[in-house]
Amino acid sequence: MSGPAGHALSLQGVAKRYGDFTAVQGATLEVASGEFLTLLGPSGSGKTTILMMIAGFVEPSAGRILLDGRDITALPPERRDFGMVFQGYALFPHMTVAENVAFPLRVRRMARAERDAKVRAALDLVQLDRFADRRPSQLSGGQQQRVALARALVFDPALLLLDEPLSALDKKLRAELQEELKALHRRIGRSFINVTHDQEEALSLSDRIAILNHGHVMQVGSPEALYERPATRFVADFLGKSNFIEGEAEPDAGGMALRRGRARVVARGTAPAGRALLSLRPEKIVLLPAEGAPALAEDNVVEGRIAAWSYLGTGFAVTVETPDLGAIRVHLPAWRSPVAPAEGLAVRLGWSRDAAVVVAEDAAMAPQGHAA
Amino acid sequence: MSPKGRHAAGWWALILPAFLLMTAFYVAPILQVLAISVTEPSPGLGNYERLFTSESVQRVIGTTLRIGVVTTAVALLLGYVLAYRIALAGPRAQRWWLLAVLVPLWISVLVRAFAWVTLLRRQGLVNEGLLAAGVIDQPLSLVWNEFGIIIGMVHYMVPYAVLPMLSAMREIDPRVLAAARGLGASRTGAFLRVFLPLSLPGVIAAGVLVFIFSLGFYITPAILGGGKTLMVAEWIKLQILDLIRWGLGAMMATVLVVAILATLAVFSRLVNLRRLFGAGG
Repeated sequence: MSGPAGHALSLQGVAKRYGDFTAVQGATLEVASGEFLTLLGPSGSGKTTILMMIAGFVEPSAGRILLDGRDITALPPERRDFGMVFQGYALFPHMTVAENVAFPLRVRRMARAERDAKVRAALDLVQLDRFADRRPSQLSGGQQQRVALARALVFDPALLLLDEPLSALDKKLRAELQEELKALHRRIGRSFINVTHDQEEALSLSDRIAILNHGHVMQVGSPEALYERPATRFVADFLGKSNFIEGEAEPDAGGMALRRGRARVVARGTAPAGRALLSLRPEKIVLLPAEGAPALAEDNVVEGRIAAWSYLGTGFAVTVETPDLGAIRVHLPAWRSPVAPAEGLAVRLGWSRDAAVVVAEDAAMAPQGHAA
Repeated sequence: MSPKGRHAAGWWALILPAFLLMTAFYVAPILQVLAISVTEPSPGLGNYERLFTSESVQRVIGTTLRIGVVTTAVALLLGYVLAYRIALAGPRAQRWWLLAVLVPLWISVLVRAFAWVTLLRRQGLVNEGLLAAGVIDQPLSLVWNEFGIIIGMVHYMVPYAVLPMLSAMREIDPRVLAAARGLGASRTGAFLRVFLPLSLPGVIAAGVLVFIFSLGFYITPAILGGGKTLMVAEWIKLQILDLIRWGLGAMMATVLVVAILATLAVFSRLVNLRRLFGAGG
């Protein structure tokens, strides 16, 4: 199954309208050869519609889809040669595992000997060779998922499309199969396009993530780039957790500064004078007791009181009420925590200049979008 | 008696009136018919011997089976196309389609049989139309023969064929069909390899239902057959009411009951009949 390298897919201004409702607005995306791209967004963001247009089940209202530079927009699904893992797997209930996996080869009229060899290889790949004669209903959810994968890969497809492949599984199994999926992708070197609403899955699996909201592609980039440098409030909020600080921007020697009430917060980057928005990740904030602790040597220091806290095993999630910046969420490690959290405890927060990043309000990014 | 046992006895008492009614007016007459078949005109299996010796008895059974099989095949074919169309329609359109399928069931079978006679007879709408259009020179004999019987019976049976098949088709996950297309099957391929096999239990169920109904049909064959083509039910009526040969009529009735039970027994091994007759999965 390690044939030639993967294929490149390109979406050019692809849109889908249903009457007055626009499901996808002019999406432009490049999927490089061998890449693992995830379409991430809340339900109704248009991510599944984009996948269905790539697969050929939904006809775009505008735009073109190219595979290695060839226009495939008008091609029916069966002639695109894409493997697909459906939500809920959609295994054929009247066929055994081996017959399910053989289906794509059978409809391609492959000779029996070759077909049997390929089916065996595909079942080996997902470690299900012992279950070849079972029916899908006799398998666990994780095993069914692997049958769906084997069936989608057995015919050496140009691309593998995954529609929420892990959403039906419990959390532990999901983590396990994430690892397997990632290893599989590395081994066979095909381009994978995955759709999910699970941000952790997107972060851990993908080479690149495209974040969608209300039919718009909001931002595309590597997981790290999106997490560290979100462009908009929505991206910062959807991928991980974030505090938002709004204020008046002003120039500063080392980047920019934001003034809100009596507080002045410095951050990297630049912003035009006027209203600006900063995103600050909870785990990038240091928290110390207000009294009896050494002074914080950070670029930004504010004081406040703990309003609420909860223990999460790996850490504490603490909400600190500050006089000027409002409620700020902090995530600190539980192991050797510098503070024993307690409601009403006076604390100091500190973070460095490069912990905060300027983001845009979403309305500025999505002019045709909903009225925000 | 344990509390649970008393409880169960209470429920049995509730269905007792219905049980007695059924025994008195349904089971007892059937048993009597069975008894007549071996006692009239003289005790013994003389009536059943006719099954192997009488050409007219064999002809009636042959005609009935032939008409039953053809009716079942045609009703299944038409019903499958209809059920398929309904299963793929939107929820709103589905309600209208279902109404259109069910409306004929509310019209008396007698009215429908006579309606077919007026359409199909020599001076009927069909023949007049074809003559006027110059397609034929002589009126076709469309009624008072097997052809007419089959038309009337298929018309009656199609709704009974549609309903079990539709319920089987509705249970098919539409994503499975999309999966077949996505994995490289053409429309036809996805239908033949996935949809058809998954709808097959419904087809078998519909086939059993229609075939069993067809065997005992009376009014439609009596009117559209014009007395020339006899099916079992009309033949029984003829023996008992016109020829007063009770033993022979009762024998044929018994054969009909046994044939129906045998058909059910064979197919109950193939499909879940409890579900077909509405007992739920």
